[in-house]
Amino acid sequence: MKTMRPTRARIAAVGLAATGALVLAGCGAANEGSSAGGSSTAAGPAVTGTISGAGASTQQAATQAWVAGFQATSPDAVINYDPSGSGAGRTQFEASGVDFAGSDAYIKGDEIKKAQDRCGGEYVEIPVYVSPIAVVYNLQGVTDLQLSPSTLAKVFAKKITTWNDPAIAADNPGKTLPSTAITTVNRSDKSGTTQNFADYLKGAAAADWTFDVSDTWPVQGGEAAQGTSGLVGAVKAGQGTIGYADESQAQGLGQAKIKVGDTFVAPSPAGAAKLLEASQRVTDGGAKSFAYKLKRDSTDASTYPASLVSYAIACSKYSDAKKSALVKAYLSYVISADGQAAAQKAAGSAPLSDAVRQLITPAVSSIA
Amino acid sequence: MSAPTTTPTAKPAGSARPKPVQQLGDRIFAGSATGAGIFILIVLAGVAAFLIAQSIPAFTASSADLPGGRNIVAYIGPLIFGTLLSAVIALVIATPLGVAVALFITHYAPRRLAQGLGYVIDLLAAVPSIVYGLWGVSVLAPASLGFMTWLNKYLGWIPLFAGPVSATGRTMLVVSVTLAVMILPIITAVSREVFLQTPKLHEEAALALGATRWEMIRMAVLPFGRSGIISGSMLGLGRALGETMAVAIILSGSGIVTFNLISSANPSSIAANIALQFPDSTGVAVNVLIASGLVLFVITLLVNSIARWIINRRSEFSGAN
Repeated sequence: MKTMRPTRARIAAVGLAATGALVLAGCGAANEGSSAGGSSTAAGPAVTGTISGAGASTQQAATQAWVAGFQATSPDAVINYDPSGSGAGRTQFEASGVDFAGSDAYIKGDEIKKAQDRCGGEYVEIPVYVSPIAVVYNLQGVTDLQLSPSTLAKVFAKKITTWNDPAIAADNPGKTLPSTAITTVNRSDKSGTTQNFADYLKGAAAADWTFDVSDTWPVQGGEAAQGTSGLVGAVKAGQGTIGYADESQAQGLGQAKIKVGDTFVAPSPAGAAKLLEASQRVTDGGAKSFAYKLKRDSTDASTYPASLVSYAIACSKYSDAKKSALVKAYLSYVISADGQAAAQKAAGSAPLSDAVRQLITPAVSSIA
Repeated sequence: MSAPTTTPTAKPAGSARPKPVQQLGDRIFAGSATGAGIFILIVLAGVAAFLIAQSIPAFTASSADLPGGRNIVAYIGPLIFGTLLSAVIALVIATPLGVAVALFITHYAPRRLAQGLGYVIDLLAAVPSIVYGLWGVSVLAPASLGFMTWLNKYLGWIPLFAGPVSATGRTMLVVSVTLAVMILPIITAVSREVFLQTPKLHEEAALALGATRWEMIRMAVLPFGRSGIISGSMLGLGRALGETMAVAIILSGSGIVTFNLISSANPSSIAANIALQFPDSTGVAVNVLIASGLVLFVITLLVNSIARWIINRRSEFSGAN
C-alpha cells in the first residue's frame, strides 16, 4: 500500500524519461542545427535540465502533450509530473519537494504564506487547463434535455427522483418525459471534476445544494463509478441515468443544456474559456497569482458556468538559474497557443482565450 | 495438509535409517528453511508495525479533520460491513458449488473428463482479478438486471431484495457472484486434493456394507475431507475479503450500511475504498485509509485463526492429519 505512490511516481518518471530519450533519439540529431540557431516557436530557445511537478490528475493527459510538445524544441529538458492529486501537489510544492504544482483549486488561506515562504517571495499561479463539464444522461426518447441549476441541484441531491417530475417538465416545455426513476451517477474516487461540479451547483443553486464542496461526492446512495470512463460507462449502461463528466469524454451520450440567465446553454470549450474571462480575479496570493473565483451564477449565455479550471503553480524566482529558465520556458509553452492547442487535441480542454493569455504572460515572463 | 499415515511402509523406512548423517547440505538447508520461516514472521510483524504506526494519526485526529467530517468509526464501519457482506455471500455461493465440483471430479466424472475439468477449474484461478472486474461490470451486471428485477418483484418482501433495483446492475449481488467465481477454483482445488486422499479402504468398506455412492461419500469422503473443505473455504474467504480491483470497478459503493443487495446504494469494501481514494488523498485522509487497512489485516488474521482452530479441533476425527 505504502509503495503505491513512490512506485507510480517512479513509473511516471521512467516513462517520461523514456519518452524524453525517444524524443532525443528521434529528433536530437535533426534538431541540433535549428535549436542552436535559436528557434522562434512559442517555447523559445532550447533549455536543458530537469524539473519535477506534482498535482492534479486532471492535468495529466494535457501535461503529457505539453511535455512532448516542449521537448520537440528542448530535447534535453526533462519534465516529470506525478498526478498525485491537487492537495498533494500543493503540499509538496510548499515543502519544496517539487518545482511546480498542478492544482484544481487555487492556493488560499494559510497556504498562501507557506507558498510565499517556500519561494522566498511571490509565487506564480496561472490557469492552464480549462474544461467544460457536461451533464450527461441516458434516457430513451428524450433528446435536448434542458435543466435549470435549481432542478439540476435537486436531481443530484436526490430530491427529484423521477424524470417526469414537474420541475423537469417545466424546464422542457412540450417534451414527453417518461416516469422512469432517476439514477444519479457520481465518481467513486476523488476528483477535481466532482469538486468543480459541486462548486457549480453550490454557486448556481445554493438554496437547493446544501452540501460542502470537496473532491469527494457528498450525496450518499447514488450510483458510484470509478474514473471518468467508469462514470460514462455506468451512464451508458443504465436507463434513466444522469451524471457529470469532462465534455471531451462524454461523446455518444445525451448532454443536457443548462440554464444560464434565460437561455439554455450546451457545454462547449468556448463557453468554458469565456467563463474564465468573465470571472472575478482573486488577488489574495499576490500580483502574480491569477486565481479566479469562477462565476458560477453567470447570466451571460456565451459562458458555460459548469467548467473546471486547473492551475499551474510555480515560484517567481528559483535559486538555480537553469531551473528558473526551464520552468519559465515550460510554462510559456503551456500557455502559448501551441501548447493550448496540444492540450485540446490530447485532452479535449478549452484553449485559453487571448485576453487571459495576455493577462498572465507577464507573470510567467517574470520568472527568474 | 495430510501426509497419509495409513501406508504401513512409510514409517519403517524412516526409522530403519541407521543414524542421521549431518552433512553440509543438510545444515545449509535446515538453516535456510528456518531463515525463511523467521523471515515470514518478520515481514508480518513489519506490516503490522507499519499499519499501526501509520494509523495512529487517524485515531487521534478530531472528526472534523477526517474525510467527510465523520468519526473514524462511522467512516470505517460501513466499509467493514461491506467487506464482510460481499465475502460471506460469495462464500455461501461458492462453497457448495466448489465442493460439488470437487466431488464430481473425484468420484463421478470419467477419468479423462475429470482431468480436463480439473485443468479448466485451475485455469479460472489464473485469470487476473481485473479481468473478472471488467467481465462483471460489462457482462454480468447488465445481464443480471432481469434477474434482479424478478427478485425484487417476487421476493421484494425479503429485505435483501427490497430494491429499488439498480439501473446499471452494479450491485452487491453482482459483486458477490463475481467474487464467488473468483474463489471457486481455490475451494475446488483444495477440496479435490483432499477428496482424492480419502483412504480407498474406507470407501470400499462403505460400499461393501451396501452403501450407495452418495452414502459412501457422506460416510467416508466428506468426514475425511471436512478440514480440507474448511481450509479451502477460508483461503477463498481471504481472497474475497481482500479483493480490490474487481470490487472497485463493479460496485457502486458509498458509505452506507444496508442489507439491500440489488440497489445502487451499496456499502463499499475496505480494499476497494483504499484503491479508489488513495491516489488523491493527502494528510490525515491517508492515515484513515491505512487505518482501514489495519482493520482488514486484523479481520483476515481473525478469519485465518478461526479456520486453524476449526481444522485443529476436527483433525483427530477426520484422519487428515
